[in-house]
Amino acid sequence: MPTTLDQIYENRKAKVIDVQGGQGIRQRLSQMGIHPGDTITILRCGALRGPILIEVHGSQVALGRGIASRIIMEELE
Amino acid sequence: MRIVLAGQPNCGKSTLYNSIAGYKAITSNFPGTTVKFTETRTHILGYTCNCIDLPGTYSLTAGDAAELEARRYLLSGEVDVIINVVDSSLLIRSLELTLQLLELEVPMVLCLNMMDEAQRKGIQIDIQKLSNLLGIPVIPAIATTGKGLRELFMEVLRVWEKKIKGKTQKFSKDIEEIIDQFTSQLKSEWLIEEKVTFRFLAIKLLENDQFFINEIKQSGDHLSQAKLFQERLEQIHGVPSDEVISSERHALAMKLFEQVSTVIHPPKKDIRIAIDHWVMHKFFGYLILAAIFYGFFNFIFGIGGYIEEPLMELFNQWIGGLEEVFGKGSLALFLSKGVLQGIAGGIAIVLPYLVPFLIGLSILEDIGYLPRVAFLMDVFMHRIGLHGKSIIPLILGYGCSVPAVMATRILEFPQHRFIVSILTTMIPCAARITIIFALVAFFISPNAALAVFALNILVVAVSGKILSTFYPEASNLGLILEIPAYQFPVLRNTLKKSWYRIREFIVIAWPILIVGSALLALMEYGGVEKYIDWFISPLTHLLGLPVSVGTTLIFGLLRKELSMIMLTQALGTTQVLTVMTKTQIMVFTIFVTFYIPCLATIAALWREIGKKGALLAILFTLSVAIILALFTHIFLGIIL
Repeated sequence: MPTTLDQIYENRKAKVIDVQGGQGIRQRLSQMGIHPGDTITILRCGALRGPILIEVHGSQVALGRGIASRIIMEELE
Repeated sequence: MRIVLAGQPNCGKSTLYNSIAGYKAITSNFPGTTVKFTETRTHILGYTCNCIDLPGTYSLTAGDAAELEARRYLLSGEVDVIINVVDSSLLIRSLELTLQLLELEVPMVLCLNMMDEAQRKGIQIDIQKLSNLLGIPVIPAIATTGKGLRELFMEVLRVWEKKIKGKTQKFSKDIEEIIDQFTSQLKSEWLIEEKVTFRFLAIKLLENDQFFINEIKQSGDHLSQAKLFQERLEQIHGVPSDEVISSERHALAMKLFEQVSTVIHPPKKDIRIAIDHWVMHKFFGYLILAAIFYGFFNFIFGIGGYIEEPLMELFNQWIGGLEEVFGKGSLALFLSKGVLQGIAGGIAIVLPYLVPFLIGLSILEDIGYLPRVAFLMDVFMHRIGLHGKSIIPLILGYGCSVPAVMATRILEFPQHRFIVSILTTMIPCAARITIIFALVAFFISPNAALAVFALNILVVAVSGKILSTFYPEASNLGLILEIPAYQFPVLRNTLKKSWYRIREFIVIAWPILIVGSALLALMEYGGVEKYIDWFISPLTHLLGLPVSVGTTLIFGLLRKELSMIMLTQALGTTQVLTVMTKTQIMVFTIFVTFYIPCLATIAALWREIGKKGALLAILFTLSVAIILALFTHIFLGIIL
């Protein structure tokens, strides 16, 4: 069931389905190694709706909630 | 020969550069330490060459100002050899940039840095195979220890002599067809001589790269052609054309990675993950953050105060002795006293606090703690209209405002850069921290100094809020920040970096201090000082300060340390408490902490955010300083 990145709990893995937004946000994310089809591990969610720390292709990236809510994901078992 | 170090942020370019150039570029463990290029002339195996350290860039599609600088240089057509530095432990993502650099068709060498890190992750890379696939030499290296660098430069010479440009990796067949058609069309109709290849240009236009799109805008034909080809790509793949290309590149990088690397064992259990569990914890993370900064504060004050006291006493004896040597009221006495006070200020007041502070800051930077602070503080930064990344320039501001203003280049939005640039100048730099320590902590109490820092943070936050309401169009896109793995600081590099910054004080600021102090003594002798004091007296009266501190405030515009050192000169004693009340010390410190940035910072502001921005910063900080100092004056007057 598709959801968005900010809805996934810590320590879960999920696959990127799509990035909603313009060229700017798409490019920033693809530069950090986040593209549709990639598998992401959600490492931790910051306090008070703080940023979300994910791991993708071996590197750790912090994403603000605003961006996370634009990344459509599919949770993996 | 012009050799350029290019690579993604935090892959170790500057560390590599330093091992060639001696310590000339600041290195740290956070993405975006280098925000402008540094160049050095060096001799490699008998050749003279210019070696350029570029800011890190994730791709050739520039995002922030630092990336733009890197890209401008790479596309300038003046590069003879590229050393593409990659973090071996992040090979997939790194290869995406490598693929783009290959498209430039410039002689290139791939330097696999941080091989130790890759091994820890259990990744084994078939270097020969990677070299064959890319068509360029691939050299493993560990820049922090200098391992592999000799081989690297031998290969640099070889690719330069033989013009080894590597193999441009091919996209899927249908995309290649479109690129080919577009390339040949550009070739036949292009009139201007370009510094990049037509294939590169075609790909960039297909990616809808704003820089190149703007460049061809004048000729409507090319633009409509580009749009036509973009549409064709979009029709075939069903997604925007830039996504088609970036996905393709990503797939190519994945394929390369799979071909050349094998995972020989699962990643070694990494204590760093356990550390991050606490350091980035929802609750304990903030506790640790507070503890680190509180500990840091006590560390500096402990060391500084311990050294300042006996040294000051010694100098006071000497200064007292001068009167016997030169006689009362003589020019020689004034002059020698001024010079000696300048020297004393450097040794006894500034250095005892500056050295431990800069070493401590270097360690925090090199470990990789700053991006974690950005993560933790993101929520709060949002409250004032910024995001977490802005905390990095602000923390650097505690070192020196000039690099802090430059560091705003890591921010994506001009509005953020503008606001953060002004805010960084309000953060007390090492010089002002010295003033806070040497005046408030030393003469009043360490807790009072802590209160000054707390007030400062509060004021910066409120100022951020105020400024961001004036510049509200800042996008709410939010934080995208790589959090690099912790690195154990290499002692040699940490010390070199601290020395690099301390030297800046010794060779630039200190002579100014001595000259300034002597000048003030002369002015005192000639009676000129009185006129300046008179000129500033409306302000000093307003704030209830001794009139004689007026001149020091003017000198403080040159270097902030001058305000402190010349204070003792202006007051005629180092026993400040005999001539100033505690309230006056507090008011003076708070005014000096916030008022107009020093000349070097104003110049940096001018460069980074323009004349208007610099002017606004001056007016803004001056008003904040006056309001706060006045408030302190009134408030302390009531309670004390």
